[in-house]
Amino acid sequence: MNAASLAPLAVVLPFLGAAFAFILIRRPVAQRTVAITTLALTLSVELLMLWSAWTQGVQAVFLGGWVPPFGISLVVDELSALMLVISSAVSLAVLVYASGQGMADGDEDGPISIFHPTYLILVAGVSNAFLTGDLFNLYVGFEILLTASYVLMTMGGTGPRVRAGVTYVVVSVISSMLFLLSIAMIYAATGTINMADLAVKLGELDDSTQMILHLMLVVAFGIKAAVFPLSFWLPDSYPTAPAPVTAVFAGLLTKVGVYALIRTETLLFPGDRINTFLMIIALLTMVVGILGALAQIDIKRMLSFTLVSHIGYMVFGLAMSSVVGLGSTMYYVAHHITVQTSLFLVAGLIERRGGTSNMDRLGGMAKLSPLLAILYFVPAMNLAGIPPFSGFLGKLGLLQGGVDLATPVSYTLVIGSVVTSLLTLMAMARVWNRAFWRTPEDAEHPDPVLLASKPDGSTLRTSKYVTDKPTGRFSGRGTIHLLPKSMVGATTGLVALGVALTVFAGPLFQLSDQGARAMLERTPYIEAVLGTGAAQGVEQ
Amino acid sequence: MTVNITLLVVMGVLVAVGVYLILERSLTRVMLGLMMLANGANLLLLTTGGAAGLAPLYDADIPAAEYNDPLPQALILTSIVISFAVTAFMLGIIYRSWVLGRQDEVQDDIEDRRVANQPSFDAEDDTAIPVETTEFVTPEDADERPAAPKTRVRGQE
Repeated sequence: MNAASLAPLAVVLPFLGAAFAFILIRRPVAQRTVAITTLALTLSVELLMLWSAWTQGVQAVFLGGWVPPFGISLVVDELSALMLVISSAVSLAVLVYASGQGMADGDEDGPISIFHPTYLILVAGVSNAFLTGDLFNLYVGFEILLTASYVLMTMGGTGPRVRAGVTYVVVSVISSMLFLLSIAMIYAATGTINMADLAVKLGELDDSTQMILHLMLVVAFGIKAAVFPLSFWLPDSYPTAPAPVTAVFAGLLTKVGVYALIRTETLLFPGDRINTFLMIIALLTMVVGILGALAQIDIKRMLSFTLVSHIGYMVFGLAMSSVVGLGSTMYYVAHHITVQTSLFLVAGLIERRGGTSNMDRLGGMAKLSPLLAILYFVPAMNLAGIPPFSGFLGKLGLLQGGVDLATPVSYTLVIGSVVTSLLTLMAMARVWNRAFWRTPEDAEHPDPVLLASKPDGSTLRTSKYVTDKPTGRFSGRGTIHLLPKSMVGATTGLVALGVALTVFAGPLFQLSDQGARAMLERTPYIEAVLGTGAAQGVEQ
Repeated sequence: MTVNITLLVVMGVLVAVGVYLILERSLTRVMLGLMMLANGANLLLLTTGGAAGLAPLYDADIPAAEYNDPLPQALILTSIVISFAVTAFMLGIIYRSWVLGRQDEVQDDIEDRRVANQPSFDAEDDTAIPVETTEFVTPEDADERPAAPKTRVRGQE
């Protein structure tokens, strides 16, 4: 069976789901059911595609029956299929979490009825960006997911969210405009925007033209992927959004940028023209990001900085242009999407249970909710790269690639990666020490919900006993559940997925090595789109 | 490929004006700058289609070179629609920002200011770890009688 013929479903299903969810806007329960069913269906279709790409290699489907290079083609290879599966699994978990939050809060946190349709459109945009084999369609995919993300980010329209939203929108639009300008320039230079066709034709241009086009694309995608120094917008805008929204943004949106960077570096502009430059950028991203994380006192902001920092690892692996480096990057992206999203979900739970995400006001959470402590501890150690977790395996692959390369810059990068990993551990341990380990009385201004207990001395399950305390997050609100089962369940599922990435690391590394080899060879991709023989004479 | 130099110059001016406006602090001007940038990009797309030609409706008698290139126009249409939607959203959010803050300016990130202003000394992380004073033995006692101090102290209590 040719699974590429299923590829359009990965985009169409979420769109249809969004339409149905929009029709059912006055019936929250039906809306929730539609959204979750749609995502589950999409996930199963994508699992089929992953299996097919794994066994049969790169496949392409041509929309509207246009012969390539005309019209839009969708291409399924190992990288895009893996990205699709991980992103859908993560978005499904976040959707369950968000629905649980909406049910528990009685929807007072904003116009939640537009959440589900917008969320599904975001997923459709992400799938489109991962699948497309056409540069302009990639731009359209980006715009779909960005426009949905503008709405999600400013949901509720409160002061801080509007302020953060303005920065986010302006920066995203500028990067899209840069992308559009480079598409125009690429079309002027080659007369095509089909990526496989470009892979053949860009190599025929002279070096300086290639360099300009290459750098334009790298800058445009660098802003989206939050690579230093183009990462300034991310810690500024992400933390203010609602917890599930931040989680899905952190997991998916920057990774779409990384995906586009991988395609640019492997398919469109192969070779090592800017590899040293990319390595230096990767080092700066890692170190500056993690130093920023250490200075934060808000957990969500700290996590946003670690997100920036760990993008550096992916750029490092990408800049090696070797099978080991690229394969490890693929695995690392999958690991990071899962782990970073689960950490943001846990941060949302901490904020609910502890009343704040400010580290100075938290304490004693390990005793109040041991489950939450475990849910934080596992992905935190995973992110820091402690054996035997998947973060360790991904970093090990990257270090191996760096040592194999054996240049002064790559050795510096190897040292930088290890130092960043240790600093990540330190940032994670700081949260652990303050929020979980110490007693609430040790905090400077502990949140009232941490000190409160029921009259009989047992721990709180709802905010009933703290709503009358004036300074807390729950003051003046109705009684709400502190840790609803669906939210904890979704987080547990995602943490378990992170652990599963460790357990199934063997087959996954096999898959990513196979994908990396095909991407570096380039001929499988080009021939899948343009037909056999089209890749003759193309430099590898 | 023939190039229309006038269109390219206009595009350059639009992009320059756009960049200048984006660097302003007033949100309305930033939005106008983004619109200029979008129009500049669209003009550039238009010029990539080459010189003007016939409408691209297929006719067997007309040689292929006389048609206009339809692809850039399809791209422009798409990008116009996208920038229209984004502009509408930005107008909405700028209005909301004005309603909430009564100012049409990019606002500072308060949390960022707070982090920047905090002293490098952190009470939790940086204070010297107090010397361990157990209830069993005081340092003086340990110096005097290293042998079996525990029983002695317990006996005193």
